[in-house]
Amino acid sequence: MAKLPTSVDSIIDQFGPHKAYTPKEGFQGVHEPDKLVKTHCCFCGMQCGIQLKVKDNKVAGFEPWMEFPFNEGRLCPKGVQRYLQNNHPDRILHPYKRVEGKGFEQTSWEDAMSKTVSEIQRIQNSHGRDAFAMLSGVSLTNEKSYMVGKFARVALKTKNLDYNGRLCMVSAGAGNKKAFGLDRISNSWADLKHAEVIIIAGTNVSETFPTLTHYIWQARDNGAKLIVIDPRVTPIARTADLHLPVRPGGDSALFGAMLKILVDNDWLDHEFIDQHTSGFQESIDAVKDYDLAWAEEKTGIEAAKIQQAAEWWGKAKTSFLLHARGIEHHTKGVDNVLSCINLVLATGRIGKPYCGYGTITGQGNGQGGREHGHKCDQLPGNRDITNPEHRQYIADVWGIDEKELPGKGLSAYEIIEAIHRGEIKGLITICFNPLVSLPNNNFVREALEKLEYYVAIDFFLNETARHADLILPGSLHEEEEGTVTTAEGRVVKINQAITPPGEARKDSEILIELAQRLGVGDKFAYDKAEDVFNELRVASKGGTADYFGITYEKIEKNMGVFWPCPSEDHPGTPRLWEDRKFKTPDGKAHFNPVSYRDPAEVVDKEYPVVMTTGRVVSQYLSGTQTRRIGKLLDQYPEPLLEIHPKLAYQYGIKDGDQVIVKTRRGEATFPAQIVETIREDTVFIPYHWGGKHSANQLTIGTLDPISKIPEFKVCACQLIPTGKMASVQIKETAYQSF
Amino acid sequence: MQNPQYNQQMEFFIDMQRCIGCHACEMACAECETNGQESMIHIHYVERAVSVQTTVQVCMHCEDPVCANVCPADAITKDDFGVVHTANTSRCIGCSNCVLACPFGVPKKEEKAELMMKCNMCYDRTSAGKKPMCATVCPSQALFYGTREEIEKLRPNSTPVSKFLFGQEEVNTKVNIMMPKGSTELRIHP
Repeated sequence: MAKLPTSVDSIIDQFGPHKAYTPKEGFQGVHEPDKLVKTHCCFCGMQCGIQLKVKDNKVAGFEPWMEFPFNEGRLCPKGVQRYLQNNHPDRILHPYKRVEGKGFEQTSWEDAMSKTVSEIQRIQNSHGRDAFAMLSGVSLTNEKSYMVGKFARVALKTKNLDYNGRLCMVSAGAGNKKAFGLDRISNSWADLKHAEVIIIAGTNVSETFPTLTHYIWQARDNGAKLIVIDPRVTPIARTADLHLPVRPGGDSALFGAMLKILVDNDWLDHEFIDQHTSGFQESIDAVKDYDLAWAEEKTGIEAAKIQQAAEWWGKAKTSFLLHARGIEHHTKGVDNVLSCINLVLATGRIGKPYCGYGTITGQGNGQGGREHGHKCDQLPGNRDITNPEHRQYIADVWGIDEKELPGKGLSAYEIIEAIHRGEIKGLITICFNPLVSLPNNNFVREALEKLEYYVAIDFFLNETARHADLILPGSLHEEEEGTVTTAEGRVVKINQAITPPGEARKDSEILIELAQRLGVGDKFAYDKAEDVFNELRVASKGGTADYFGITYEKIEKNMGVFWPCPSEDHPGTPRLWEDRKFKTPDGKAHFNPVSYRDPAEVVDKEYPVVMTTGRVVSQYLSGTQTRRIGKLLDQYPEPLLEIHPKLAYQYGIKDGDQVIVKTRRGEATFPAQIVETIREDTVFIPYHWGGKHSANQLTIGTLDPISKIPEFKVCACQLIPTGKMASVQIKETAYQSF
Repeated sequence: MQNPQYNQQMEFFIDMQRCIGCHACEMACAECETNGQESMIHIHYVERAVSVQTTVQVCMHCEDPVCANVCPADAITKDDFGVVHTANTSRCIGCSNCVLACPFGVPKKEEKAELMMKCNMCYDRTSAGKKPMCATVCPSQALFYGTREEIEKLRPNSTPVSKFLFGQEEVNTKVNIMMPKGSTELRIHP
């Protein structure tokens, strides 16, 4: 029974979200901490270094870590406030079980563990092993990610494991593997510094990766031209040399037209193309008709601006192209990525100083977490679960028969669809809040309600876990040692600052005990995180994401090591492809032809406005952590509907009016924020909130055929003005997801 | 010299074009022991309806601080390093003269405490050889703390300016703002 056991209000009373603030005088002992622990922020892929102040086994505050080379003390507001989670009143301190009509009641670990195991066995015995699925997330360290991958395959013996990176970096990963045979940004951030031209496409850098802004400005101080491609004037776009306000869904048309301009003007690196790439002719054939007039119509960008961007890119000697979810959250996410890569390969500007390309990985361990095996189609070292040699290698490392290793499973959204169809009956989640983060979440709720048994491991009760039969209290980032891999491919060390409070346990301990009770304890005989990492090193050895030469000692000594690092005497690889030996079967970088196609849903008479979604600087992903921190909520309390004054005028909408936004999936009401900083044909809603305020009630669940990423960034909507202003009460309680 | 670690070569620079409006500076400022979770630096949109441009409002540490000049209780003082200190709590009478007089609109009266509060350039940190909290965390380095030589080398397209003309009134400050290359003053027309 995965329906809410009682009213949502009483669940919120018990588990929050509640706003937490630091006391005026600071937490006890903040000015005389017992220790300062050097670690990293728990949020985005920048993984800024930070020191946590610890007093009496509690995190009491923070102190900037000036020596960590990426951020040298710099932090965003989320980083400054991250320390508020450990002291938070919403922290889950005991195991809880669902009691119909009452809510959640405390239970013992013994009962929780035995019930979990008996339900797994019951469901798998009646419906097959794959009827029990696992969903995970990449706020987890490499060690936990690796362990989750192994747990699902070896302990649960299910093929249906996937992760929240499916909503994040998979289009980029798939594109990079096609083009380069490897999935990592090609350069460290240091190579931005002297890039002559920087393109950032579909990435609101200053709100989602604030500390990366400094690197872009360093380049601008050195004369770089900045081109920003975004339907909105984001803070980084505000001062850009060129802003291309693309209509959501038009990205591959823009990049295709730019490629044609490069070809027409012979702004090409023929030597690089001839010697180190394949597929060039097919790729330029695919764009031969993409002239400026066509591109202007498809992208909504003035032809002169497209021409200017192509000319700057074409004539530059050094450059860096970065993209993120803005071009990746599409049914053609992989195509968009490939069309960017085509621009990079055509000009040969990769594998050289200040010549770079890559995705900006969103989640804290979005990079490492997507390499070591909690994707449905993958094994550690970024190995392929369908490749017999890869399967045999990992089966040997794990000490199991290769035939016992499950095959390729369903991706995250497909798992939800299979639950909805009744094929998957049981679910265990860790670090994933699909009820807020997946599209068309009324459908997701219906699916959750059909589950026979649902176990949630987490430190706060997120919106999805409200539907759980059993809640297992896990650990925060600062409560367990491990490593993460930052967006630039740097493996860094997460140091444990405190032990989990109350009866909460380290996530790894929970997984290990479950594995023991499922009869495979010998496969999870780890005493400490470093034991897991050392096994991961071996499991990744020889894979494209090779960590074999990385040790805890080496990470601490060097403030991080860039993979690939195949041997202990190897210094790591901040810049890829200097040797021009790409990891594709033929050793060449691959152009891929990209023909433009429309998004899954285009505007029509009934749904005439383009809707897009994204983030704000004060919140992180589904808000499980940040919608509990008072100051972050006060900065931006509720999701606003950004709308251009011309569009607002058409509908008679005034600033602050409540507007019903309706799509084919559902409807929700948001206050209008009338701004000139968005395209006239597009509205924007940030997605961090749940319940009635969730933008993902409206988004579309159509997936990219290759990466299986949902099309969060474009759908068609109606706007229905109510003529009423929002009440203060709604604004003040939006964070709670009622 | 009471604080041998206070480096007088270090200056504070504000570059509004770099500000991304993230509010990290405010949150970090509020962490200071003496600030009681209130920030002494403030970020505001200029006009959100037309732009995402934000401004930074922080004490400019005037050479001849009007706030101190108008204080009837002599609560505000400037030290040997040019830092204008927040009102001495035992002297401040909460009259708000400083709030009304400051040309930059910086001092705020903490109504509950009946005290004026403002930035003292993180004296606890800067006197111990550290950077102020806001300039430490600022992710875009719109707030920069360092030497004049450093900023001139790092940001060749801009010039630090510390002379402000409010109509006929000239105000010189310890804090600099970054302006287009070659600028010498910021003239605020009456």
